[in-house]
Amino acid sequence: MRVALIDRPINVTALVAEVAYPGTGATTLFVGTVRDQHAGRAVTGIDYDAYAPMALRECETILAEAAERFGTDRIVVEHRLGTLAVTEASIAIAVAAPRRVAALDAQRYVIEAIKARVPIFKREHYVDGTRAWVDNRGGSVVATSGAPVETTP
Amino acid sequence: MAGGCPAIPWAPADARPPRVAMTTTVLLFASWADALGPRLAVELPEGAQVADLLRELSSRTTGRALPDPMVAINQRYAPAAQVICAGDEVAIIPPVAGG
Repeated sequence: MRVALIDRPINVTALVAEVAYPGTGATTLFVGTVRDQHAGRAVTGIDYDAYAPMALRECETILAEAAERFGTDRIVVEHRLGTLAVTEASIAIAVAAPRRVAALDAQRYVIEAIKARVPIFKREHYVDGTRAWVDNRGGSVVATSGAPVETTP
Repeated sequence: MAGGCPAIPWAPADARPPRVAMTTTVLLFASWADALGPRLAVELPEGAQVADLLRELSSRTTGRALPDPMVAINQRYAPAAQVICAGDEVAIIPPVAGG
């Protein structure tokens, strides 16, 4: 198991190689990327920030939970911090397991838990030059300046 | 753990509390850092809980639309009733957005 917060592009091929072992029957790779829109607004990029020591600790807890539940500790997570452009990968998760169900289930567990619990924050940049902090609950968007912008999930 | 703070090892058992207030450094992120800065010294009475800290901070952000945060103490999410101890690493965690 390994978790890293990084400020360079993610090498997804290296992650897949890292989790491989002779007993691997299935390897899954999840890559989250920066989308060009959110809640109907055109997005040009995203700043990622984190409470880094807690983010690493919380990710390590999540990987330990996944290992316990799904029986594989061949899991690697890398999350980008800093400013990313549209189409760049913000997160990649590679999981290897003897069988596909464990690999797929562990993958899903890890990404959903990270999105819900890990103190990483993002600020979207919009085509009109404004920026706003957003969250994973699909709720409000807090403008960096001015009034909050309500969005739908 | 919502219990009390660790005893101060050098203090005699029957000593009065050495202070009536403590200054806690609070780390802030995202929209809360934009509003109050990334680091804030907050004076709290001894025995103050997470809820007391949130009340104090909300009094400093009147009129600003900020999302309700979680609080972490020593890098773990803390419930509203948890007591903040001198020397704790306290952080205001706005809604997260990783992934």
